[in-house]
Amino acid sequence: MASNDSKFALFLGCVIPNRYPFIERATRAVFEKFKIELVDMKGASCCPAPGVFRGFDIETWLVVGARNITIAEELGLDIALMCNGCYGSLLEVNHTLKEDKEKRRKVNEHLAKIGREFKGTIEIRHVVDIMYHDIGPEKIRNRTKYGRKTPLNLNLAVHYGCHLTKPAKLRPWDMECENPTFFDELVEISGCKSLNYKDKFMCCGAGGGVRGAFKELSLDYTREKLENMTAAKADVIITGCPFCHLQFDLGQVEVNNIFKDKISAPFNIPVLYFTQLIGLAIGMTPEEMGLIKSPELKGVPPFTPMKPVLTKIGDSA
Amino acid sequence: MENIKPEKITYVSDDLTRLLRDAGYLELCACIQCGTCTGSCPSGRRTASRTRSLMKKVQLGLKEEILSDKELWFCSTCYTCLERCPRGVPVTDVIISLRNLAVKEGYMQEPHIALCKMFYNTGHGVPINEEKWKKLREYHKLNELPPTTHQYPEAEKEIQTLLKSTEFDKLTGVGDYEKKKGEEES
Repeated sequence: MASNDSKFALFLGCVIPNRYPFIERATRAVFEKFKIELVDMKGASCCPAPGVFRGFDIETWLVVGARNITIAEELGLDIALMCNGCYGSLLEVNHTLKEDKEKRRKVNEHLAKIGREFKGTIEIRHVVDIMYHDIGPEKIRNRTKYGRKTPLNLNLAVHYGCHLTKPAKLRPWDMECENPTFFDELVEISGCKSLNYKDKFMCCGAGGGVRGAFKELSLDYTREKLENMTAAKADVIITGCPFCHLQFDLGQVEVNNIFKDKISAPFNIPVLYFTQLIGLAIGMTPEEMGLIKSPELKGVPPFTPMKPVLTKIGDSA
Repeated sequence: MENIKPEKITYVSDDLTRLLRDAGYLELCACIQCGTCTGSCPSGRRTASRTRSLMKKVQLGLKEEILSDKELWFCSTCYTCLERCPRGVPVTDVIISLRNLAVKEGYMQEPHIALCKMFYNTGHGVPINEEKWKKLREYHKLNELPPTTHQYPEAEKEIQTLLKSTEFDKLTGVGDYEKKKGEEES
């Protein structure tokens, strides 16, 4: 570990800064409230995405992943990231290169061409992990006491996302990946109820390059998850990954469209990234949490209307 | 697994044996075809893709059949099969290595090639490629460009240097290789 536990290098990835910037906005704001400083990683790139680029060429995936890690090594900070795909890539690249000297030597030969070297001095952390293990439920709970006047009182369908817990070996959840509860515990601090629903830990369908190449197949996973969430009477879907988030938000509109003959009624469940929910619970406004859609901009998220949730929490702005 | 020597896997084709040996996936030899992987697969629930069959085909060395089949790309890499395999076969990792081999043999999905182009040209798999994304960032009180390769052209160059160094550009037909292809066709 790179020592400073109230300061991290913020790795943005692609989908958050370039498609779902309100996740970046909400996470930065919430971390500031808990006095955790997030330092920009200047010139960082795609992680590279494990489902596609790792599937095309493992060596390139290691080399470009290692370059991203060297940016945080120069800052002397552990990486905080908000995406399960980035987590899967950087966690495994970092581990592989720390353990395997031969692979590290080869990767560093490539990195030498741009004047960089992987040293293996930092750790990779998901923001769910940082909130759960570093800030901790107690501190967040205390903060909610000074937060909202009215409780949030929503029924949540938490979607963990595959690479938050799997492969379990390198991850900080005591090898639990069949039936974890940490994410539910974390979001229930908001005063909401986290629901059990059928096949809760199933994949959203976006990963592995499936959304890119076989969209209908990927959306059929999403359809099944949405049916199970609806059966459990979910008010909101909670994610910890922007690609799952995109798949439930934009994907919901697509499911309603391409499977209209297969589904009994169109789905309409708003999707929140978990820091947006925590932010609301500690008294931040829907606007600060990026829940209010721009009236001018067309063809931008959220694609699934946020109105039902805003009405329910009495903040219909 | 230390007791299983690569030499004993006589029924696997040479190329696949080499792949498995390099990747350290000798565990695959311990596959007993129980079907836990297929039973756990969310993709197999809605397609004809069967992970167990794929593992068997690898053991049998049916290289062309495996690599040319688009079903190899139906896996969403959820890792459920890897976690549940009672014989410790890193199933998902085997699939990823098979995909690497498929790409080397020229089997790639068109949309994936488009992603490689964006990655090479911008450093992002999903870049800011329309004005609305800048405006959306500004609406959320963020700089119109993130502090990534998007803000730092020299970082974008670094990515291109690395992708040339690993010959990813040649492998996926991007960068100079995209131009060459264009010239040949015109």
